[in-house]
Amino acid sequence: MNFKHKYVFLFPGLFVLIGILIFPIIFTIRLSLSGWNSYTPEMNFIGITNYIRLFTDDPRFWESFFRLSFLSVSTVILQYIIGFALALMVWREIKFKRFFRVIFLIPMMTTPVIMTVIWRTFFHESLGPVNDLLGHIGIGPILWLSDPVIAKFTVIIVEVWQWTPFMFLLLLAGLLSLPKEPFLAAAIDGASSFRKFVYVTFPLMAPISIGAIIIRLIEASKIMDTVFVLTSGGPGTATETSSFYIYIKGLREFQMGYAATLSFTYLVIMIISLTIIAKVLTKLMIKE
Amino acid sequence: MEKLYKFLKYTFIILWTVFIVAPFLWAVSTSFKDFQSVNSKVTYIPWLDFEPTLEGWRVLVKSPARGGVDIVEPYFNSIFVTCTASLISIVLGTLAAYALSRFTFKAGFVRNNDITFFFISQRIMPPIVLSIPFFIFLSTIGLLDSLLGLVVVYIVLLMPIAVWIMVDFFNRVPKELDETALIDGCNPYQAFYKVVLPNSIPGLIVAGMFCIIFGWIDFFFAFILTFTEVQLLPVKVVALNSSITPWWSLSASALISVAPLIIVAFVVERYLSKGNLSGALK
Repeated sequence: MNFKHKYVFLFPGLFVLIGILIFPIIFTIRLSLSGWNSYTPEMNFIGITNYIRLFTDDPRFWESFFRLSFLSVSTVILQYIIGFALALMVWREIKFKRFFRVIFLIPMMTTPVIMTVIWRTFFHESLGPVNDLLGHIGIGPILWLSDPVIAKFTVIIVEVWQWTPFMFLLLLAGLLSLPKEPFLAAAIDGASSFRKFVYVTFPLMAPISIGAIIIRLIEASKIMDTVFVLTSGGPGTATETSSFYIYIKGLREFQMGYAATLSFTYLVIMIISLTIIAKVLTKLMIKE
Repeated sequence: MEKLYKFLKYTFIILWTVFIVAPFLWAVSTSFKDFQSVNSKVTYIPWLDFEPTLEGWRVLVKSPARGGVDIVEPYFNSIFVTCTASLISIVLGTLAAYALSRFTFKAGFVRNNDITFFFISQRIMPPIVLSIPFFIFLSTIGLLDSLLGLVVVYIVLLMPIAVWIMVDFFNRVPKELDETALIDGCNPYQAFYKVVLPNSIPGLIVAGMFCIIFGWIDFFFAFILTFTEVQLLPVKVVALNSSITPWWSLSASALISVAPLIIVAFVVERYLSKGNLSGALK
């Protein structure tokens, strides 16, 4: 089937998307070569000065980048393990199956920043319920938001709460679409549940798992809302991610030119590393 | 062994359920508190621990002039922006997805898969990277701080999702369907509109739900690109947070903002249980 009409179908969407995006991207690249800041708000040309500054004299950006990698990789691993476990548990018949499925889905339907506002009162160090309840059993008070190490875990807890449902949804949808025959064969061979999982379920789920992990990594690499409300990157810079650092440089200190440099570099690193991760995961999980 | 496994399974499910429900329960309880019951000590159960009041909820519908927070207008703004952007994204995304699923495109080294990847890869773009140029772009064409400007930006967020779900979905709709329609004398548009589309309702619903979810929950663009004329719900609620933080109205507004999409969870579950989603999400 090949028609001239095919362009009529494709082009509206493609050109709208390109049309909206082309300006921001070209503009970012051009802006990254300028020294636009609050003193000289103009599109001058200073060559690659900004890039030299970024690669030689800005440890804070790289720290924020490694922090982001740590946060997104650890949350996605946790989400995958918990999401897979939950999906397996409500895959077959259990009591109140549909009730639990709905409950497990709910967090992803809620607005992250708004729930984070609630989490902030939840983890409030003197007026929140967590420290109060822990206090009753003699633990505490834990500095959920003001200790540089614990604050990272608080961010992870909130992110896991928020996005495990998405992982759960993708994996459960995958499980429900698996063919029945391999499981029957395994049952006839008398395989235990554990062996069934290792030799049948997991390999069949590998492609779906990779897809789900990559989708979640892409979304997790944009962690911003949670950090913004929960800790504002603090205490100090303990939970500052790349996006948040770029936000500070660009829209709080108005170093637009430098922020564009950061943005563009960040985008390139993101695309490269996600491509590599996708390739490596495919190699690791699908054994031919 | 089997018993132990069952025990662990139910323990885990129940613990996780408690974890999911906990912040909601806390928010419900907090929304009925007053200054005294928030700030003296931690209280949980109304009537037992504290005397509940409706102040937190009443404030939401009062006008700002009388000390309210007026959440009604941001609510409708959010609904408008989310629905408009979702609708446009679904229409354009579905058309593009159909083309990518049925026809072969060749331009230099670019093939169908590359075009699909181009669409989907827009999700990689961190909002912060786009927000600064969008800020300048929208102020140049006079759409900063307007609903229309936000719709334009949200299309970029949502169309990739629509394309991602619909390409997979159309790939599973048998090609014979359109071919039969063409033999019966339809032109390609009629074949798409009269035959393929009616058979794609489940996919369209799933794509629509995802667009609505990801549109509704966005905060960052709304935060950067609007100020006073137009406010979306998440921005409004977060703004409450930064002022003197009245936890009761904060909780009430948070609950009322997340409520509509919780219905979506039921719809998603329905499709999941009927097996329609498994096809659409693989």
